[in-house]
Amino acid sequence: MEMPLPKFPLGAMVESTIDFFTEHFAFITKGLSKITEVGIEALVDGMLFLPPWLLILLFTALAFWLSTRRIALFTLLGLLFVWNLGLWEPTVSTIALVLIATLVAVVIGIPIGIMAALFNPVHRVTMPILDFMQTMPAFVYLIPAIPFFGLGPVSAIFATVIFAMPPAIRMTCLGIEQVPADLIEAADAFGSNRSQKLFKVQLPLAKGTIMAGVNQTIMLSLSMVVIAAMIGAGGLGGEVWKAIQRLKPGMGFEAGLGVVIVAIILDRITQRIGRDARG
Amino acid sequence: MHPKITVENLYKIFGPSAKSGIALLRQGLGKERLLREHGLAVGINNASFYIDPGQFLVVMGLSGSGKSTLIRCLNRLIEPTAGKILIDGVDVTTLDEKALREVRQHKFGMVFQKFALFPHRTVLKNAEYGLEIQGVAPEERARKALESLDLVGLKDWADAYPEQLSGGMQQRVGLARALALDPDILLMDEAFSALDPLIRREMQDELLALQSRVNKTIVFITHDLDEALKLGDTIIIMKDGVIVQQGTPEEILTSPADDYVEKFIENVDVSKVLTAETVMHKATAVTFPKDGPKTALHKMKEIGTSSILVVDKERRLLGIVHAEEASRLAKSGATSLEAIIVRDIPRVEPGTPLQELFSIESFPVVVVNEEQKLKGIIVRGALLAAMAEGRNN
Repeated sequence: MEMPLPKFPLGAMVESTIDFFTEHFAFITKGLSKITEVGIEALVDGMLFLPPWLLILLFTALAFWLSTRRIALFTLLGLLFVWNLGLWEPTVSTIALVLIATLVAVVIGIPIGIMAALFNPVHRVTMPILDFMQTMPAFVYLIPAIPFFGLGPVSAIFATVIFAMPPAIRMTCLGIEQVPADLIEAADAFGSNRSQKLFKVQLPLAKGTIMAGVNQTIMLSLSMVVIAAMIGAGGLGGEVWKAIQRLKPGMGFEAGLGVVIVAIILDRITQRIGRDARG
Repeated sequence: MHPKITVENLYKIFGPSAKSGIALLRQGLGKERLLREHGLAVGINNASFYIDPGQFLVVMGLSGSGKSTLIRCLNRLIEPTAGKILIDGVDVTTLDEKALREVRQHKFGMVFQKFALFPHRTVLKNAEYGLEIQGVAPEERARKALESLDLVGLKDWADAYPEQLSGGMQQRVGLARALALDPDILLMDEAFSALDPLIRREMQDELLALQSRVNKTIVFITHDLDEALKLGDTIIIMKDGVIVQQGTPEEILTSPADDYVEKFIENVDVSKVLTAETVMHKATAVTFPKDGPKTALHKMKEIGTSSILVVDKERRLLGIVHAEEASRLAKSGATSLEAIIVRDIPRVEPGTPLQELFSIESFPVVVVNEEQKLKGIIVRGALLAAMAEGRNN
């Protein structure tokens, strides 16, 4: 049964707002999109220019340097397997997208988190927005991304950043708030100014928590990159998407497993960095 | 000599419209009514005192008495509601943020109850912190920090992290961090309260030894009277934000201002605090070597004792003569006491704690100063009376 009151035109309002922005600003965003796309392509092409075995060795070395021998071994075997399945190219493009999205999310998110921790009004404004960003179904972000950035990886990154940024903000804020009050007092007692306190006491002590946030951001980016395949992000998500359209469970499973392997590698390495920071 | 710190009519009231609380306090409203009817919590109620340079001030009180608030008002970690705080004649309550940071950087070193060491920095980097904030060059600050770590005996631990150290060692680092700045004033907030008793006593002794070398003005907060009596040149006792008594340890012990202070000192082990000087009597009758035994016997009879002290013309103690020997000497017709003076008698200094007197077996004990001049005499009865009474009168 329909409600006797006329429908509140929320959808129409959102659409006209987006239309307004598209009309007046799309040339900027589209331009940005083109530039970014060139950057992404260059990164992916650069990574693909190297022979797979060399890149795999590089990743393994990185894993060994940043974390443990076990994780390095897993990286080596996992990536070799992905190569063997013939998914090397989409895997590289997925890793590139995740890294770029994470970088953007972290570069924007950490400063916002710091501001939210230090200034109460920022905190009060930011937190409900984060709740909104995290609970709104991720697919919804894909829709406005297209008019702004067009189909392709830039739209995917835009939607991914919005979806994956909240943990970076939240955990940065939390990490700073959790610095024991007596240490803050000690810093004050010795006459530290705001930025000395931030860089010498608060941020170093919050590092472990912030890294946990970065880890979550990476994981969320990865899950979103798959969803974003629907608007042409390509990569492993694109392979999954193709498998769905062609109803090929085997192909879907292979691509899905590729995502899992990439996820485990990125997760273990970043977790490790976070743990070390705490010590 | 100008006082190092002068505090005048200091108030700290927590809550909305804190200023209005001052008027209410002046009208005579109590702490409880202020909280119940106006939602205002009184931290400090009209505190005034001063400290001379190099003095060791102990602020004592139970938890909630306002002592921690008081020490934090001095460097404005807590913003006072009203009153003046003069540090070297400058009122810190009027300083802007930048000037206040300067004062904190150069005048104050602070040591905290829970150490508050930075866990991500090594011992050396912790000790360097204040200098780093001041912008001192790296080599210079490392040198100063090492010097101050050396002062507390932790030079070899410079590269360790705080978590690797015991509580006592951590607090030494806390002390070194404060001393590295070479501040005029050390603020110590229950600095030893978190340590176990043995380490605590050791730290107290070290602090006193350190103080005699570096000669800082120290404000030390504690809830432990024994600690206060041991460390303080002056003690301030606080209750409900009010200073109820200020005085030397002996003044506090011998004339407590009210029941509250009396309650405090009830459980003090006076033998550790009171000294020979406080229980000694004036040696009213003395005799000189040239006095004959008859004179000596006469003086003993007058004061009703069986022995008498012998001093020289400058009142330097020579020894004691006993009645039996004196009367034997008198019968033999000798005219000088020299032959019968017992020279080997227990002597203590005025500052000797009573505790040490208990190990002496023969009484009376004679109190002499460094030049061996006679200051007084302690008879066993007086010592026990002082102990029983809990304090001297």
